[in-house]
Amino acid sequence: MKTYSLMFAGVGGQGSLLIAELTSLAAVRAGYDTKQTEVHGVSQRGGSVETHVRFGEKIHSPIVTPGEAHAVVGLEKLEALRFAHFVDPQNGTILVNDYELVPASVLNAEALYPHESIAYMKSKGLRVISLPASQTARDLGDARMANVVLLGALSNLLPIERDVWDKTLRLRIPAKYMEGNLQAFEAGAKEMTERMKAEA
Amino acid sequence: MQEFLLGNEAVARGAWEAGVKFVSGYPGTPSTEIIETLARRYPETNPRWTSNEKVAFEEGMGAAIGGLRTLVTMKHVGLNVAADAFMVFPYSGTNGGFVVISADDPGMHSSQNEQDNRYLARVAKVPVLEPSDAQECRDFMMAGLDLSEQFHSPVMLRTTTRLAHHKGLVEVGERKEVPTREFNRDPQRFSVPIYRLLRRPEVEKTLTALAEYAETCPFNRIEAGADHKIGVVTSGISYQYVKEVLPNAGVLRLGMTYPLPANLLRDFCSKYETVYVIEEGEPFIEEFMRAAGIANITGKELFGVIGEYSPARLRKTLGMGNPPAPFTDGIKLIQRPPMFCIGCGHRTVFAALRQLRVTVSGDIGCYTMGALPPYEAEHTTFCMGASIGVAVGLEQAGHENTVAIIGDSTFVHAGIPPLIDAVYNKSRLTLIILDNSATGMTGSQPNPISGKDAMGEETPKLDLEALCRASGVQNVAVVDTWDRKEVVNVIRRAVFFKGPSVVIARGPCQQLPEIKHSHRIPFFIHEDLCTQCDACFKVWCPAITRTENNFPVIAANECTSCTVCAQVCPTDAIKLAEEFA
Ligand code: SF4
Ligand code: SF4
Repeated sequence: MKTYSLMFAGVGGQGSLLIAELTSLAAVRAGYDTKQTEVHGVSQRGGSVETHVRFGEKIHSPIVTPGEAHAVVGLEKLEALRFAHFVDPQNGTILVNDYELVPASVLNAEALYPHESIAYMKSKGLRVISLPASQTARDLGDARMANVVLLGALSNLLPIERDVWDKTLRLRIPAKYMEGNLQAFEAGAKEMTERMKAEA
Repeated sequence: MQEFLLGNEAVARGAWEAGVKFVSGYPGTPSTEIIETLARRYPETNPRWTSNEKVAFEEGMGAAIGGLRTLVTMKHVGLNVAADAFMVFPYSGTNGGFVVISADDPGMHSSQNEQDNRYLARVAKVPVLEPSDAQECRDFMMAGLDLSEQFHSPVMLRTTTRLAHHKGLVEVGERKEVPTREFNRDPQRFSVPIYRLLRRPEVEKTLTALAEYAETCPFNRIEAGADHKIGVVTSGISYQYVKEVLPNAGVLRLGMTYPLPANLLRDFCSKYETVYVIEEGEPFIEEFMRAAGIANITGKELFGVIGEYSPARLRKTLGMGNPPAPFTDGIKLIQRPPMFCIGCGHRTVFAALRQLRVTVSGDIGCYTMGALPPYEAEHTTFCMGASIGVAVGLEQAGHENTVAIIGDSTFVHAGIPPLIDAVYNKSRLTLIILDNSATGMTGSQPNPISGKDAMGEETPKLDLEALCRASGVQNVAVVDTWDRKEVVNVIRRAVFFKGPSVVIARGPCQQLPEIKHSHRIPFFIHEDLCTQCDACFKVWCPAITRTENNFPVIAANECTSCTVCAQVCPTDAIKLAEEFA
């Protein structure tokens, strides 16, 4: 059985940890051995956050090795670029939210920010799918659900059935946010299906 | 039943299942979630936050000799603080099972140093267990208590960042109540300094017995491999990386790394041409093996002592390929350093310090970020409580306007004796206590200044002002951190005061649940009134960004309505959104 390695990258507070955890819980529910770990610095106050998830028959290391990730999920363009080298260059996918968060604490950040990162990653021959997840989530009523839009898109790339995702979301997300999140997931999954059709 | 648990949650679960009835600790990454989990899910274990690790250890020691199964938690540098008690406890030995967690931080993700606490355990003559995954975090926690009772010895459970902060599947069971053991008042055993000559040989006897036990301890496990040339001795999380990178190697996984099993190691190594010793941190196992006369080993000279290991690092080291590096050719990967939360009161204080151009000796907490741009207003940081002593020393070296800055939790932890000392030795110290009523950096745990305990229950609140006055400081001022001008004024007055002074800069940590989830009305910038002078950007609040037309704009769902940007706006263009409505 194949081992799936995933990398979730975002900025503290964006909810990349939550979708990593939902993915792990879905993988557990689907019967896979699963490990997850996160890496962040001094504190999580607005810095980069990377979360590694691996599942398969038997998982040893929780850490993903650069070049092996089935998918890199970036909640923000710069963070997707920062971890792009983790993707498997032949068979992996970079799923990126078409959204920029310019680091406020870096001088001249606006000028230095790599606005062209999506085109750049593509120029490296990588499979990059960028989705307007923040916009989609805003249209559904809450921009903070961008993470779950991306999770829906990611679900198309993983061997986990839809009802497993549903059950996992229902168990983990508080009731009052449930409807919106299920819609966000659905929207992401649908958008991804269309992108994949267009690619084929 | 299986649960998907963080290493730290698994430790907590193991403590609960094993009938632990007393838990104490001080928050410290990566150990903090153990007590948080116990407080949330397993209150029967009686968890508490203490003022510092020494207190935690001593309370735990008392609980254990009093007959309870006990857990004490801390990060690696916390054990330095508790070392006084840690070193002497083996002389009496324990009654109820006693496990101390040392959560080491290879890679210094959230620490001031890399420190391999297996060496501290060796100095103390305390046995060490090292789990390799979340399941073993639970299992070894439970086994550690049994071992502790069997040998009457405190036991160290050493985790590392990757173990403590990874999640895996854990087979769990139910809690077993363990009766409280009888405590016999036996001064010959528990009054160590008086009866030291009686106790000293006991320590060696126990250690010898533990070394014998290590030879057959079930946690020291040999896994035969297809490869007959290369063997690996490993421990902790490194075991997982070895299984992944060298799946065919024969492996001796040491789950108990002090005392070490000399015969088992000799035996294992004699079967291979080369044995790799792969252990994160210092060459603790390797040095023992060399001293035991085992020569066919390769260790730190190849794998290195600095930083965390990973499968990628092992592959590279063993010449098995170079995993790709981050993209940098033709593109700039700017960093995204962490910074103060939106609405954090530390901002105004560091802005004032920057403006006053004084030398600042800092301490351990979120406010170490005051050393980074844009503030660059913290010039030394070492360890818990050091800000005050360092300021006194700098003053003696002629830097008279040095300001010491410390958080409320760190002050309670290790700042009180140096403050008393500063007054006693006639320093004219200026001390700023950043009082946000929480241990912010580790996730806003309560402390004696919050008026709440680990369980969230009300408890007497420490009176900081009275404490400082009682230490002999006459000039104690309190200022609201969101009052920008007053912060500058109060600090300036304190700096030029000809005697010791304390400024208590008070404002809640924005990560406190009651603050985070409170309803706040955001501020709004009116473009008709804004002259684009950019003054509000100098507040460095991440909620303020630019529109396409270069006007400042406030992210309504992120603004904490701290008012600071409104205070700096010269044209009054920033007001509560509703004031414009
Ligand atoms: S966690 Fe609290 S103290 Fe730390 S930066 Fe945020 S608000 Fe400030
Ligand atoms: S009031 Fe101004 S400085 Fe304070 S949080 Fe809101 S935008 Fe930031």
